[in-house]
Amino acid sequence: MKKLTAKTPSTYRTALTPYSVWSLLFVIVPLIFIAFYAFTDDNFTFTTDNITRFFTAKSNIVGEDGTSEEVRTYILIFMRSLKLAVISTAVCLVLGYPIAYIMARAKERTQKTMVTLIMIPMWMNFLIRTYAWMTLLQDTGIINGLLAKVGLGPVHVIGTETAVILGMVYDYFPYMVLPIYSILAKLDVRLLEAARDLGCGSVSVLRRVVFPLSMPGVISGITMVLIPSISTFYISQKLGNGKFFLIGDAIEGQYVANNLHFAAAIAFILMVILLSLMALVKYVSARYVYGGE
Amino acid sequence: MKLSSKIYSGIIFGFLFAPIAVLLIFSFNDAKSLSVFSDFSFKWYVELFRDRNTLTAVKNTLVLAASATAVSTVMGTLAAVGINKLRSRWYRTAMNTVTDIPMTNPDIITGISLMLMFVFVGRLFGAATSLNFVTMLIAHVTFCTPYVILQVLPKLQQMDKSLPEAAMDLGCTPFRAFLKVELPEIMPGIITGAIMAFTLSLDDFVISYFTSGTGFETLPIRIYAMTKKTVTPKMYALATIIFFVTLTLLLVSNVVDNDDRRKLKEKKKEKNKRRTNG
Repeated sequence: MKKLTAKTPSTYRTALTPYSVWSLLFVIVPLIFIAFYAFTDDNFTFTTDNITRFFTAKSNIVGEDGTSEEVRTYILIFMRSLKLAVISTAVCLVLGYPIAYIMARAKERTQKTMVTLIMIPMWMNFLIRTYAWMTLLQDTGIINGLLAKVGLGPVHVIGTETAVILGMVYDYFPYMVLPIYSILAKLDVRLLEAARDLGCGSVSVLRRVVFPLSMPGVISGITMVLIPSISTFYISQKLGNGKFFLIGDAIEGQYVANNLHFAAAIAFILMVILLSLMALVKYVSARYVYGGE
Repeated sequence: MKLSSKIYSGIIFGFLFAPIAVLLIFSFNDAKSLSVFSDFSFKWYVELFRDRNTLTAVKNTLVLAASATAVSTVMGTLAAVGINKLRSRWYRTAMNTVTDIPMTNPDIITGISLMLMFVFVGRLFGAATSLNFVTMLIAHVTFCTPYVILQVLPKLQQMDKSLPEAAMDLGCTPFRAFLKVELPEIMPGIITGAIMAFTLSLDDFVISYFTSGTGFETLPIRIYAMTKKTVTPKMYALATIIFFVTLTLLLVSNVVDNDDRRKLKEKKKEKNKRRTNG
């Protein structure tokens, strides 16, 4: 017994020490640096200019009919990012839920194959995946070539918001399917049988039993798609022909221009908004999905 | 499976694999065109292996991924062992939160935050460029370690706690008991964690983009630079090779996982047998 008591926390604390120190230095401190840079100028004296610039900077947009309109640049960029991210997330959910459900109800072997198939594209670099779509969607690309053979007119997709949404959906689709699938696969089949015995039709079973029980998977799927799609850069540069500047592009642009303090300010605001968004999702799901527990 | 389910799955997987199939096919295209297939050839593969910059980038990526995997696997496994035994609730919550941050934060935030710190510290020491291999390694270890912990921790929690105790009762020192009993038990978790760390490091673009110096180019950064200009099918050849390498890694990790599950099943069976016999 003596040896057992000798083996308690101190050894384990030592094992944990490198990681604790590492996380403090390279996870916590860098986040403080974002706030530090966001609220200082080039001489590291305190200023709120960077933050105010985000909310007040204005620029002129010339519309297709030649009229110019003054807009708040970064507010516009942020709202656009939010819009495209929300649409992409919704499309992922609508397309992904059925496939997750089909996977969960398939035979065990088929399930495994399908999970691997869903995961394979994830391991291709997203730059390559995005670039592949760019070549597919070109006005002279393969899709338009095929359409022309069937006698359908060329569709102009590249450089539109649709193309950006398509790229986001393609890149983040597995992040929606896998969490929902993992919840649905563990679902107790007896619950469905019970619902049916009690007179539920199959649509009713889906709506009143399956869907509510899969909510945790849906919520983690939504966060896992929403966060990367709201903060992405590159996708919009390639598929939107640079016409739809997103918040990630704005941060990258400021970094390339070496405006580190303003880049930090945009990152800081994005972080604050995302954290509040996550808190809201947590609150709503706890209050309305899990019956206020 | 119903016919409608089959059709739907077919459409979804078609959507997922069409761009990849196009990449694979056009990497063997003799012409430069990315929409008309003229003739089969290995031309672009040959050209790829003549491209010095890309080959250096491949080497850099592998060196970085291997180093990051080694550091994060050791540190992550130790951390998991420590977290598993933590008594203080406060400490445990703190560790869980800190592990969650790199996984939930957008990559761009992680990248920017590390870059700002490196630049600031570099300035303090008066260095002209503060971003290099070391800063990238730090960044990669930072985002890989949580995934190792996430793979190892459940294995520790599943393990029969009386096993290491039995080993110590039989005269093992705690360290020996760990090596002889706990380590083999959690090995599948460590291997899966290491494979995950390796693939994540190979694949990462955003964090690398912000923390890399000018002298050290990894493959995703090289691809980024290549796609800024017009792309030749050379990049498609590269993508094809990456695709098959990652596919192999994925299959290997699946086999490890299956093995592990089979062993668990056998153990359960044995236990049941013993119970019915006794």
